Amino acid sequence: MFEYAPAPESRSVVDLKPSYGLFVDGKFVDPADGGSLKSINPASEEVLAEIAEGGAQDVDRAVRAARRAYEKTWGRLPGRDRAKYLFRIARIIQERSRELAVLESLDNGKPIRESRDVDLPLVAAHFFYYAGWADKLPHAGFGADPQPLGVAAQVIPWNFPLLMLAWKIAPALAAGNTVVLKPAETTPLTALLFAEICQQADLPAGVVNIVTGAGETGRALVEHAGVDKVAFTGSTDVGRAIARSVAGSGKKLTLELGGKAANVVFDDAPVDQAVEGIVNGIFFNQGHVCCAGSRLLVQESVADQVLESLKRRMGQLRLGDPLDKNTDIGAINSAAQLTRIRELTEAGAAEGAQSWSPPCPLPERGFWFAPTIFTGVTQAHRIAREEIFGPVLSVLTFRTPAEAVEKANNTPYGLSAGIWTEKGSRILWMADRLRAGVVWANTFNKFDPTSPFGGYKESGYGREGGRHGLEAYLDV
Amino acid sequence: MTATATSARSDLSELGRSETALRTFLHGLPGVDQVGAEQRAAQLGTRSIKTTAKAQAIDLAIGMVDLTTLEGADTPGKVRALATKALRPDPADPSCPHVGAVCVYPAMVPYVAEVLRRSEVHLASVATSFPSGQAPLEIKLADTRAAVEAGADEIDMVINRGAFLAGRYSEVYDEIAAVKEACGGAGTGGQGRPRAHLKVILETGELATYDNVRRASWLAMLAGGDFIKTSTGKVPVAATLPVTLVMLEAVRDFRAATGRQVGVKPAGGIKTTKDAIRYLVMVNETVGPDWLHPDWFRFGASSLLNDLLMQRTKLKTGVYAGPDYFTLD
Amino acid sequence: MSERVTVRKTYKLFVGGKFPRSESGRSYLVQDSNVSLASRKDARDAVVAARAAVKGWAGATAYNRGQILYRVAEMLEGRREQFVALGVPGAEVDAATDRWVWYAGWSDKLAQVYGGANPVAGPYFNVSAPEPTGVVAVAAPEVPALLGLVSVVAPAIVTGNTVVVAASPTAPLAAVTLAEVLATSDLPGGVVNVLTGRLSETVPTLAAHMDVNAVDLTGVRDPELAAELEVKAAENLKRVLRPVPADHDWSADPGLRRMTALLETKTVWHPKGV
Repeated sequence: MFEYAPAPESRSVVDLKPSYGLFVDGKFVDPADGGSLKSINPASEEVLAEIAEGGAQDVDRAVRAARRAYEKTWGRLPGRDRAKYLFRIARIIQERSRELAVLESLDNGKPIRESRDVDLPLVAAHFFYYAGWADKLPHAGFGADPQPLGVAAQVIPWNFPLLMLAWKIAPALAAGNTVVLKPAETTPLTALLFAEICQQADLPAGVVNIVTGAGETGRALVEHAGVDKVAFTGSTDVGRAIARSVAGSGKKLTLELGGKAANVVFDDAPVDQAVEGIVNGIFFNQGHVCCAGSRLLVQESVADQVLESLKRRMGQLRLGDPLDKNTDIGAINSAAQLTRIRELTEAGAAEGAQSWSPPCPLPERGFWFAPTIFTGVTQAHRIAREEIFGPVLSVLTFRTPAEAVEKANNTPYGLSAGIWTEKGSRILWMADRLRAGVVWANTFNKFDPTSPFGGYKESGYGREGGRHGLEAYLDV
Repeated sequence: MTATATSARSDLSELGRSETALRTFLHGLPGVDQVGAEQRAAQLGTRSIKTTAKAQAIDLAIGMVDLTTLEGADTPGKVRALATKALRPDPADPSCPHVGAVCVYPAMVPYVAEVLRRSEVHLASVATSFPSGQAPLEIKLADTRAAVEAGADEIDMVINRGAFLAGRYSEVYDEIAAVKEACGGAGTGGQGRPRAHLKVILETGELATYDNVRRASWLAMLAGGDFIKTSTGKVPVAATLPVTLVMLEAVRDFRAATGRQVGVKPAGGIKTTKDAIRYLVMVNETVGPDWLHPDWFRFGASSLLNDLLMQRTKLKTGVYAGPDYFTLD
Repeated sequence: MSERVTVRKTYKLFVGGKFPRSESGRSYLVQDSNVSLASRKDARDAVVAARAAVKGWAGATAYNRGQILYRVAEMLEGRREQFVALGVPGAEVDAATDRWVWYAGWSDKLAQVYGGANPVAGPYFNVSAPEPTGVVAVAAPEVPALLGLVSVVAPAIVTGNTVVVAASPTAPLAAVTLAEVLATSDLPGGVVNVLTGRLSETVPTLAAHMDVNAVDLTGVRDPELAAELEVKAAENLKRVLRPVPADHDWSADPGLRRMTALLETKTVWHPKGV
């Protein structure tokens, strides 16, 4: 046997303070009327830092600061200067990427391999991409002189804390808006480090404000009368509530919500790459991915062969310390999320589906869930319909391309889909018919700042990334 | 090396009898997506192998080295020195394992055999008009027999890439089968000696696509190859991680289909310990521990050995060594 | 000599390519004509018809949709006097006709303007293209009865959506007459469905309907009703086009907004390799 010795990334690169205030108007301040929350390491349950829980007054203070900055500084700055600030931020992120990656893995539980090789490079790339748009907006296809909206309220999830921040802040600032961003309550730390980066970049005060807190803080922010734009990434239920709460307000709204993507494997697929794609589709980031390929639709004629390969491959997944460079599956982000995964998988078993996991000892402390597949799943099972948001794959079979499309589309969601076949015309035929905002053919879970991302149906509306991503932050 | 004696689960032995059957089979293998295969290989390359795992990997890798010299300038003196090093790679440290084999041209086999006699280090000879393979079959077979008779217990043959790329799969198949027969063994004029093991060099750098690498791998295994090997080292593109990945997948699937285990040998361009460890990680996570043994995985290399020895010394002493402390041969 | 007794027209709904009465059997009087007073059930039936038409219409080639929209313009031009007789100013009919022509030309151009290849950092082909969102419920502006209606229906259907439109309650005759134009323009049945009657009766049903993908609230004048409809639309996260001010200039260049708001961008990735 070839056992890999522990290869932990050093956490000494991260300098955590015992407590953090809110970042308002360019400074860290104590909350006026809020309390505090503890951010813990989900792999060990160790408290990492105490963070402020912003109250209504804090939100108001932040929105006012953003408004002032919009009117006095940022809104008046020429695009080329906004661009330079964004480029500056992008560069600092690159320079401090190891620190940010380690902090992300500590706070979120995701493997350092992913935060280092996926999250951070994409974060920097996103700022670089939108930096370049700031002085080219008249050429973006939204008219000769598209105007920003004003103050953007942005609420982001815990699965890709810094990447979601980048997806929100970079286009907003490029278009000339100012922002108040609320990171998720369980993963606020990289956003607070980003606030330091804004200071380091000498970004004018109030352009970026970070108000930490939980659901109530987010509600106060999106409902604040002083915001012109609301952008949210998270669950469909919360997205629905936000859509209701902004009704009649005239605030522009973009939502990036849940998914239950079908990953469709045909009998002529490049099978080894398809298996990698299935694994990457559902086990990347512990399955805490809105576009995860959580429903495997495999052609019945190759189902046994694909499942056998998949199981063998799953046996190679290394679960454990997120900071170990060889870890593939890190910790579940929170106790609450672990409870939800357990509840849904128990429902799957109760409904008669068969679960399988590779031999996989789980650490004693922290929140963990072994990679799991369910076979014998039908469209009627809860695990085939509801978003589990964990490392749990439901396997279904199909016989014909038309049946695959029908099953893939048979969901209220429509964020992403996968197709695996060596036949080009079938890929295009399928891609035309799949009702999903992102279709990965012979690949999965690929992201790029130039590539629009967002869903159909109850997966939300609006697109992030690319030229399309600017539209959410322009008055067009 | 020992051949696996598992009984066949699928009888694929008839495939070689018909050009049509062979073509249908090879073209029915699943495709390889280039980008996906390269990404998987790159991802495995990010594994971090430290301390005890690194020490284990280094010793394993040393034992897997086919210490190779294939130069026109090779002389008896040169190959004797190489063979001596193969037996005791680090004269200062008796705990250092010997390498897997010494690999030379047929003409050099007798000199190496003198040194390796009664050792556990195998003697590999390239054959079949290495490296181009562009010679009449009879000459290739004679080349092979001469090497075996001179003491080689492993034959590294090259496939006829021209025939392969022209789609004449039967021709390639038949040639491999004939060379295998020429490797000797009971009833084939082998004088009671066990048959030499046959490594089939695909020269993947000339096959151009991973689909071709997969097909050539299966073709070589179907025809009886004991090992499939990437490269001669004589064309610009030698072993790469993704090519080796595709070949490992092939031996894995071949064993699942037939019950027979075939070895893999990446050759050429593997120069550092870091490179070697990446390959071992790939073996570990693609085909598992069954292949983590010199009987089933080899490195065709020359300068790799000294880097492995330097890293081995560093792990033992904590001090970085310099090239002057290891023998050049 | 007695004067000829004229044949009067019955103004009925337009659903699934047919002209049914309201299932409720109700009508209301407008300009001396009885006009169907659509019910909630009529609205639901119209959604069924619109949904059934999506596959064929969205699946038609852009060229084909453009041809049909241009055919609508041709038919409208020929019926100019009929609209004038209903009280629609001639200039408005002309503007409405021209608007069909304008949108007809967009059918096979919008994807080029609003989509395209994305230069991702990797060996991938990556392309984004707009697709219709599906069934769109529209509250047409009250005035101008014809140009306003055309200006909300044409941009929705040119890209492949199908529409259930609640026509101007006070000026429904132009809407039903336009439906007659559509019915004779090779437009497949169900692509446009016209409901007459009270907005307060049909539009809330449409805004709440779970098989509707988007609502265009352009003609909703009451801000409270508009907010209420937006709340209903949130239930299945419909795309929402909000009301426009009463003094909106319908003769101005409409831009792309009315089309793009009812589109989904689909991005397809594929590796490039040998």
